[in-house]
Amino acid sequence: MNRLSRLSRLSRLIRYTIKFSAIITFGVLFFIIVYILVRGIPYLKPSLFALEYTTENVSLLPAIITTIIMTVLALLISAPIGIFTGFYLVEYARSGNKLVEIIRITTETLSGIPSIVYGLFGLLFFVTALGWSFSIIAGAFTLAIMILPLIIRSTEEALLAVPNLLREASYGLGAGKLRTIFRIVLPSAMPGILAGIILSIGRIVGETAALIYTAGTVAKIPENLFASGRTLAIHMYVLSSEGLYTNQAYATAVVLLIVVIGINALSTTISKKLTKGNIDG
Amino acid sequence: MNKVGINMKSKFLEKLMEIVFFISACVSIISVILICFFIFVNGFPAIAEIGVFKFLLGKDWSPSNVPPSFGIFPMILGSLYVTAGAIIIGVPIGVLTAIYLAKFCPKKLYNFLKPAVNLMAGIPSIVYGFFGLVVLVPLSKNIFGGNGYSIITASFLLGIMILPTIISLSEAAIRAVPRSYYEGSVALGATHEYSTIFAVVPAAKSGIIASIILGIGRAIGETMAVVMVAGNQARMPAGLTKGIRTLTANIVIEMGYAAELHRGALIGTGVVLFVFILLINGIFSVVKRRMA
Amino acid sequence: MDKIKIENLNLYYNDFQALKNINMSIQQNKITAFIGPSGCGKSTLLKTLNRMNDLVEGCRITGKVLLDNEDIYGNIDVNMLRKRVGMVFQKPNPFPMSIYDNVAYGPRSHGIRSKRKLDEIVERSLRLGAIWDEVKDNLNKNALQLSGGQQQRICIARALAVNPEVLLMDEPTSALDPISTLKIEEVIQTLKKDYTIVIVTHNMQQATRVSDKTAFFLLGELIEYEDTEILFSTPKDQRTEDYITGRFG
Repeated sequence: MNRLSRLSRLSRLIRYTIKFSAIITFGVLFFIIVYILVRGIPYLKPSLFALEYTTENVSLLPAIITTIIMTVLALLISAPIGIFTGFYLVEYARSGNKLVEIIRITTETLSGIPSIVYGLFGLLFFVTALGWSFSIIAGAFTLAIMILPLIIRSTEEALLAVPNLLREASYGLGAGKLRTIFRIVLPSAMPGILAGIILSIGRIVGETAALIYTAGTVAKIPENLFASGRTLAIHMYVLSSEGLYTNQAYATAVVLLIVVIGINALSTTISKKLTKGNIDG
Repeated sequence: MNKVGINMKSKFLEKLMEIVFFISACVSIISVILICFFIFVNGFPAIAEIGVFKFLLGKDWSPSNVPPSFGIFPMILGSLYVTAGAIIIGVPIGVLTAIYLAKFCPKKLYNFLKPAVNLMAGIPSIVYGFFGLVVLVPLSKNIFGGNGYSIITASFLLGIMILPTIISLSEAAIRAVPRSYYEGSVALGATHEYSTIFAVVPAAKSGIIASIILGIGRAIGETMAVVMVAGNQARMPAGLTKGIRTLTANIVIEMGYAAELHRGALIGTGVVLFVFILLINGIFSVVKRRMA
Repeated sequence: MDKIKIENLNLYYNDFQALKNINMSIQQNKITAFIGPSGCGKSTLLKTLNRMNDLVEGCRITGKVLLDNEDIYGNIDVNMLRKRVGMVFQKPNPFPMSIYDNVAYGPRSHGIRSKRKLDEIVERSLRLGAIWDEVKDNLNKNALQLSGGQQQRICIARALAVNPEVLLMDEPTSALDPISTLKIEEVIQTLKKDYTIVIVTHNMQQATRVSDKTAFFLLGELIEYEDTEILFSTPKDQRTEDYITGRFG
């Protein structure tokens, strides 16, 4: 290329270094995904998805079911609270309100706490103080607090992105605040809120440290909410640390990867719909 | 119902929901208070009993000795070393990749690479940890010697894991730099490369630093991945190719069977970790405020 | 002597034609003003002279722009072109660095490393920009802390530091107060003897004060191009007369 040959040595060096770094980053990502897929897919046998867990088949199915229950439960607890918090922050509170400042600080703090500290808290509070022992519900509540900042933040952003003109139009027609929020603002903000929820699902599915000492590691399908159970991520941790089931660990990793890739793809499509919606509407 | 009645009913509902929203908003405040309370209340007594200095600076962690010693200094160093290693490996590559994405990446490729960064952020830590176990550990053993479970291995793995954090924030910061700086530089005859590095990127300094701080927070708080590749020996660091244990690993490994004072010491480890994180988050907020 | 020759220049932003068949010559060591109502293409034409339009997506040109008889849209080094044809922007845009680093930026980017040489260049340029006395004791001060008028003079010094032959100025004083405006117009007058200057302005008084030749543009076309005195006293085209008498604009 003509331009390249004319570039001073410095500019050429800069260019190569930058491109090289990008190659490293995406090369590593590509390698991780391909390596796990290649090593794990061969072991995705049907026995791995048997309903009953035995030490022979180390079935994933109980873990998958537990993960689904955990996700639904955590979202049921956290999503309404998070979304309502978003409503309060954007639609009700006056800007500069001291409380809003405090909530912002606490939300930021919550999002920075490492998962093991959440796990400790869950152990001390839900498992011990409330007496729930190792249980799905202890895990779900712990996760709910963990994803709360995520949902609050995405709800807030989504609500702020709704143009004020829409609200004013609604008020101008005599509609009350509640009606405006639920009928006008919320539908418009839905994609953004959904994106936050989907990201939370991703976090929940991948979570380990917060669940080991709250939901426990029992390998069968939990009979009720107060029983212990292991999620897919925990299952994978147990498999890899025991050292006997490397192949099944690969397979579990494949399942986790596919779930995460799926969640990301979903989130991207929804965000695209969001920007498309804004341009058209 | 007459008009006045409807009005009152809807007014009541409005007020009620406002209270509901308000209470929901307070949940995050209550959560933080609860977490602080339970962690500190369960941790401080143990730290006090062990002795603050013996706990923080003690070099010997032997809970099963008689008498037991609970010095977490080795783990503090362990966390610091692997975090430093992660930063050394992850920041240059991360920032340069962010520059690539913001200023050198063709549009079509960008639509594919940006979601890839988000994907990288979404991969669960145990998957990273597992990858570290089956690929990085043997690799480290071959290249650097030892048994592969070491500070170096953990640093590389953590460096990879914090890449998406650094990349997304740094890229956003670079994109936020006013276009006039780039144009001013190019109008002087400077090349695209020179202009990017010497005019645009310096203007994005605060954002990049913020991303590094966030990356530090992530690295210090990481548990599962580190546990699988760092060796977890609870002794003072013995060399880059030897293993260490981090604060996070300390908690997760022994919490399952610890009792009484031992348990308290582990919660105390959680306290130390928590305080570190709060400090880092505080610095992050201050830097973010400086940016705006 | 013709420093710049523009031949049959047409410019398109995607499907929109912003410049229509421009033919003109810019004289060396003279100050040429481009005037005309908003959207007439004067800034666009200015930016073709240092190929800053290349940065705009979807922008393409047909025709020739010759600098010292060499087609700048041909096989040349664009960075060298921009070194020879400098630009001062409408809104002062000093880098978020010290005054010294701002002015030294250009020379540094072209490989000059010696501190002594850079010191020389910085002082010379700041003197040319008529701001040396105001900042000489404070060269390490952040340029963003200066007033708007001072910032613009720093930008002029910065542009001069790479030793251009032509200086393009895109409404350089429209964002400034009257006093800074006059100061900068003085600077422009002193630069004339060593540089070829092209200045876009929406202020006709400025054009009469400062320029030797003036070109009037309307809707992408060059309507009239004359010695400034002649264009403003006896314009040949009715549209020129309408504009300068304020009938539209």
